[in-house]
Amino acid sequence: MNSIKFLYAAYIATWLIHAVYLGSLVRRYSRLRQQMKELDK
Amino acid sequence: MSSPWSITLATLTKDIRLEWRSKDALNSMLFFSLLVVIIFSFSFDPNAEESREIAGGLIWVAFLFAAVVALNQTWARELRNQVLDAYRVSPAPPNSLFLAKALGNFVFVIILECVMTPLFVVFYNLRVLGPAWQLIPVGLLGTWALVVNGTFFAAVSLRTRSREIMLPLLLFPISIPAVQSMVEATRIILAGDGNARFWIVLLLTYDVVFTTASLALFGTILHAE
Amino acid sequence: MKRLFPILALLTAVLLIYGLYQALVVAPTERTMGDVQRIFYYHVPSAWTAFCLFFTNLLASLVYLVWKNSKADALAVASAEVGVIFCTIVLVTGPIWARPVWGIWWTWDVRLTTTLVLWLIYVSYLVLRRFSDSAQTPVLAAVLAIFGALDVPLVYFSIWFFRTQHPQPVIGGGGSLDPRMLHAFLINLLAFSCFGAMVCWARYRLERLHREVEEAQALESLLGAPQ
Repeated sequence: MNSIKFLYAAYIATWLIHAVYLGSLVRRYSRLRQQMKELDK
Repeated sequence: MSSPWSITLATLTKDIRLEWRSKDALNSMLFFSLLVVIIFSFSFDPNAEESREIAGGLIWVAFLFAAVVALNQTWARELRNQVLDAYRVSPAPPNSLFLAKALGNFVFVIILECVMTPLFVVFYNLRVLGPAWQLIPVGLLGTWALVVNGTFFAAVSLRTRSREIMLPLLLFPISIPAVQSMVEATRIILAGDGNARFWIVLLLTYDVVFTTASLALFGTILHAE
Repeated sequence: MKRLFPILALLTAVLLIYGLYQALVVAPTERTMGDVQRIFYYHVPSAWTAFCLFFTNLLASLVYLVWKNSKADALAVASAEVGVIFCTIVLVTGPIWARPVWGIWWTWDVRLTTTLVLWLIYVSYLVLRRFSDSAQTPVLAAVLAIFGALDVPLVYFSIWFFRTQHPQPVIGGGGSLDPRMLHAFLINLLAFSCFGAMVCWARYRLERLHREVEEAQALESLLGAPQ
């Protein structure tokens, strides 16, 4: 039953990595949108 | 119009002559190679039976480090004197320049290997139990594998920040199959256990593939700087 | 095009959730490995997606080298970065699977080692893009992608031969395959492929926006900022 921890660890690790990456994409995107707005002024 | 070969030869002899006159790089590289061998001998106890088994790997890692230090200053002189710009506008084929540089590096690294190998043999009491002559193609093909890609990536790294670290960073992943082949072949020949032929053929294939790729793409790189 | 993205994103999310359900609930427990085998439903589809993305990078790099199309270059950047993410997941889930099943974290087996080398090559690709200040960085990166592509078959072949000489356990394979398992696997394969394509598309649009902003900024500094 100890091996079930590895299963959870693998699935959680997968989604953690994806979440961090998607978060960085969102952050970069909003920063660029901000810069675009300032340039349009 | 001189032939590409004569341009290659001319560039090569010029480099060798310049290097020989200053001898700075050569001397410091020789000393560096000696240091590498000694550090390895301290770290991996030469008396242990295991060390003799990994001696093949140790030698090539040492050669790899020495080669990287040598490769890093491949284009330094050209960069200092804006020679590359002259090359871009000259009708000389870029391949000639690349080949000259690669051959020059090859000669240089072979000299370093010839210095380091006897030291390894002495410190590790190495005996060759297999066909010793096979070490020659392994040495030549292996060194060329490192040098041809190393010279190419040195050119790629020219306009990058942290140029010195960029070269090994690009070179090492691509060189993995070559390094594995060199190390395995050397291990097999030293231990006299099995046939190194597959690894030598793989090294040859690697050399052919990447020499072709480097010659084909060097022009693109040169004009991209 | 802009309407399409949220719809496809939603579809992908649904597929992923369905895939998760299939992987954890519907698929039967494997006989020899137990529940840990379910990592397979994430490990292999991630590998497949990563390889597809790296292949996309190769094609985009070739297109860029020949036609100097900047959209191709943006796609190259996007596919490389997202590919590295998926590849990282393969390299993380592989050892997590191997440890309870085979008792070792790592083994130099063909697939895992080739994946590692691909990861190394593409990380070096990303570092080159980050550290290269030249305007011709895309060309240099494209050439690196070609060298990487030439290297991969050699890597695979050399490790394969090495392993015939020094056999060791194989990670990521084996075990029985019940039709319900195949179904769960295929669902996750589809889900992750869509997910990979979506994230790559998002990254591609980000890259294009980034270049637009850069051009606009350059133009502004050239013309002088208005008071």
